[in-house]
Amino acid sequence: MAALPTIWFVAIVLLWAGYLLLEGFDLGVGMHMILLARTPDQRRVMLNSIGPVWDGNEVWLVTAVAGTFAAFPDWYASLLSTLYIPMTITLLGLIFRAVGIEYRGKGASHRWAQFWEFAIGIGSFIIAFGVGVLLTVSTTGLPLDANGDAVGGPFAWLTLPAVVGGFAVVGFALVHAATFLGLKTEGSVRTSARAFVVRFAVVALLPFLAWVVYTQVNHGNLASWALTVIAVVCGIVGWRYAARGREGRAFLGILLYLLAGLAAIFSAVYPVVLPSTLNRAWDLTITNASSAPYTLMIMSFVTAFGLPLILLYQGWSYWVFRKRISESHLPKTHVVMPASRP
Amino acid sequence: MDPLEIARWQFGITTVYHFLMVPLTIGLGPMIALMQWRWLRTGNERFLRMTKFWGKLYLINFIAGVATGLVQEFQFGMAWSEYSKFVGNVFGAPLAMEGLLAFFFESTFLGLWIFGWDRLPKKIHLATLCIAVMGSVASAYFIIVANSWMQHPVGVRLEHGLPVMYDIWAVLTNNTALVAFSHTITASVGVAGAFLLGIAWYHLWRRRRDGIDTVDADGRVVVGEAKEIQGRDKADHSVWIWSLRVGAIVAIVGFGGVAITGDAQGKLLFQQQPLKMAAAEAACQTGTSFSVLAIGNVGAKNCSEVKSLIEIPGLLSFLAEGNFSTKVTGVNALVPEYQAKYGKTLPDNPIYGSRAGETIQYVPLMAVTYWGFRLMIGFGALAAFAAVVALWLTRKGTVPSSKWLMRLALLGILAPFAASAAGWIFTEMGRQPFVVAPNPTGVDGMYMFTAAALSPGVSAGELLFSTIALTSVYACLAVFEVRVLIRYVRGGVVSAMPELDTHDDHDESTPAPDDVLSFAY
Repeated sequence: MAALPTIWFVAIVLLWAGYLLLEGFDLGVGMHMILLARTPDQRRVMLNSIGPVWDGNEVWLVTAVAGTFAAFPDWYASLLSTLYIPMTITLLGLIFRAVGIEYRGKGASHRWAQFWEFAIGIGSFIIAFGVGVLLTVSTTGLPLDANGDAVGGPFAWLTLPAVVGGFAVVGFALVHAATFLGLKTEGSVRTSARAFVVRFAVVALLPFLAWVVYTQVNHGNLASWALTVIAVVCGIVGWRYAARGREGRAFLGILLYLLAGLAAIFSAVYPVVLPSTLNRAWDLTITNASSAPYTLMIMSFVTAFGLPLILLYQGWSYWVFRKRISESHLPKTHVVMPASRP
Repeated sequence: MDPLEIARWQFGITTVYHFLMVPLTIGLGPMIALMQWRWLRTGNERFLRMTKFWGKLYLINFIAGVATGLVQEFQFGMAWSEYSKFVGNVFGAPLAMEGLLAFFFESTFLGLWIFGWDRLPKKIHLATLCIAVMGSVASAYFIIVANSWMQHPVGVRLEHGLPVMYDIWAVLTNNTALVAFSHTITASVGVAGAFLLGIAWYHLWRRRRDGIDTVDADGRVVVGEAKEIQGRDKADHSVWIWSLRVGAIVAIVGFGGVAITGDAQGKLLFQQQPLKMAAAEAACQTGTSFSVLAIGNVGAKNCSEVKSLIEIPGLLSFLAEGNFSTKVTGVNALVPEYQAKYGKTLPDNPIYGSRAGETIQYVPLMAVTYWGFRLMIGFGALAAFAAVVALWLTRKGTVPSSKWLMRLALLGILAPFAASAAGWIFTEMGRQPFVVAPNPTGVDGMYMFTAAALSPGVSAGELLFSTIALTSVYACLAVFEVRVLIRYVRGGVVSAMPELDTHDDHDESTPAPDDVLSFAY
């Protein structure tokens, strides 16, 4: 029973890791639609590389947030209310991106499609940045009073670590998506995605490393430092494999860079879930922010039943849609016309 | 500006808006699964076309529901942090279960269904839709469990002033939740029925107007075809007449269910939230009569200004107790009871801010509850009546050629949506001034005033910013969704099945390569 809050701390971190791992490439692909793609067909290939799976991936976000609400209500309440402005903007990004993916191909004009591609690209950037801020300030702290409320106005959260953390997820998503596109597409998109990894991976992955090292310097222990080293090695190895054209191993390397990095961060800050920068006595921890043992127990049963099942059927959906796609696989765009006499 | 008022407006706008998409998703999903199942069993092309066409509209609507649903998941913590902390022990669990046991199924399997045509074996492909639909229904259940706990908290005890859950089963089988769930599901079925009916009516009318279908001397339909108009072959007629008649029957069944479940819910509410029901009836004095039309200032704080013009004796007792004579306690008698139990003024606690010590207004805004209740029933009954009339008017195989009737049928799609929105506004505003309403047979002290629920660290300016931002984005979204829906509705079956388009200049001599996707964004 005493271990329940720790189990749920790990569970929440895993849910976020699952989110960054899966939706990470969705967000990166969205950004690449306006960054890397040069032609409308390339944008369409990119969009359809995530087409069948992106909505399922997004549920990891919903579940991570709702799981935090259930297991650590005080963490959920303090974090989201303090980040009121950035979360509002993130929600707008989530709305525009989701609607854009579905509606982009359903208009009549070129401008309609362009508008939604822009919305998907900017929306993806905003979401990645917002989630980055959310997770980073959870580890670096917010100006919270004894009641867990923000002190210092709507922009009290806006610090250098928060901004670096925002770019950490943006940068990771860009590289992760490029390795994903290398695995999932064929033709020009695959070529340019591979080149992107080789040229920009190091720069784009740096902000995440900065976040990892920042938490190590402040709270690191032997195990978390070891994980940091593992993360760096995985990142470099993945990048080198990308340079040699080994797409599968490059993807795996970047993915392990993220997982080891997250493990390093959260094992270092444990058991604090949201530090107060005003007074460490007001930190939210896994003990003072968590739900009662009964609630955690029920949620543990539900998760123990639900999560393996989710992994199974989401894995199956990736298997069903495992084929690479390219421009030549795309069906002709169909412009819907009224079925009536003029 | 008062932050509490802004936050309440924001929650109301975002939630009512979200619930415009939700009932259509819940109701239409099973219809489409049924169509696809009929196609699998009979091999009749008509059912494939129905599946594809309605499936397309379903997805256009679904995504708007997903996008606006995300806001719900965040805004408890963002704007209502004190509420979140107070109820987190109980309220977060059904939300997390919704994610783990409903949303994942819904989203993953819907992705498989959309892109799985021709790639999955037919039966498995149908199964993916069925699982997604069950996910939608399950999500409705979990969120209503959460909401019902705010209406009628069960399964908890108080420890250090905070509710601590000890019985999840009681929370999941809360009778408030069970009646609200069945009421919502049947209402969703009604929404979907009216949607099928209205749009199918438009297409049958279009076919008559374009001179494709005609009627003989008996008024029976003579089905024709027009090769020059995309998709207007003979099978097209059967797509629409089937959709229309199935839609009408489904709507009648749905609204019948709504009436039965609504009656059960009403009787329960008279016991659990008597003041909400008394306010819904503008029943100031204890009595037995149901007011059909009230005049005077229904919104007044003082109940004595309300005068009921038309009353049906005994009906109120029937709604509450199932007989015609039991006296139902009125607002004037209930308020002193509430004051005795929960206090006359808000406690002198910093959590209430400038509101501490204010007199508690136990009567919800009576204009809203009174008219919300009547609009809900009125629009629902109107839609049910329209479905019966539609069934009779189309008995000879097509619709009348009247343009006005067609417009009315399309307009009729809105009635059940309006009924749903009115119902939610009634039940949520009727719960005020509580955010967690007290359970008359539950634990003492297990309630929370809305005035205490807000995030103390969030300013009125921030709330105003998000309310304006979300409202304007939602307004744009409504324009986009309606535009796309109208395009696809006008296009008819071909909009969802480009392969039927005879105008398409695709070259038959060079067939598309096998590996072209059957569908892509």
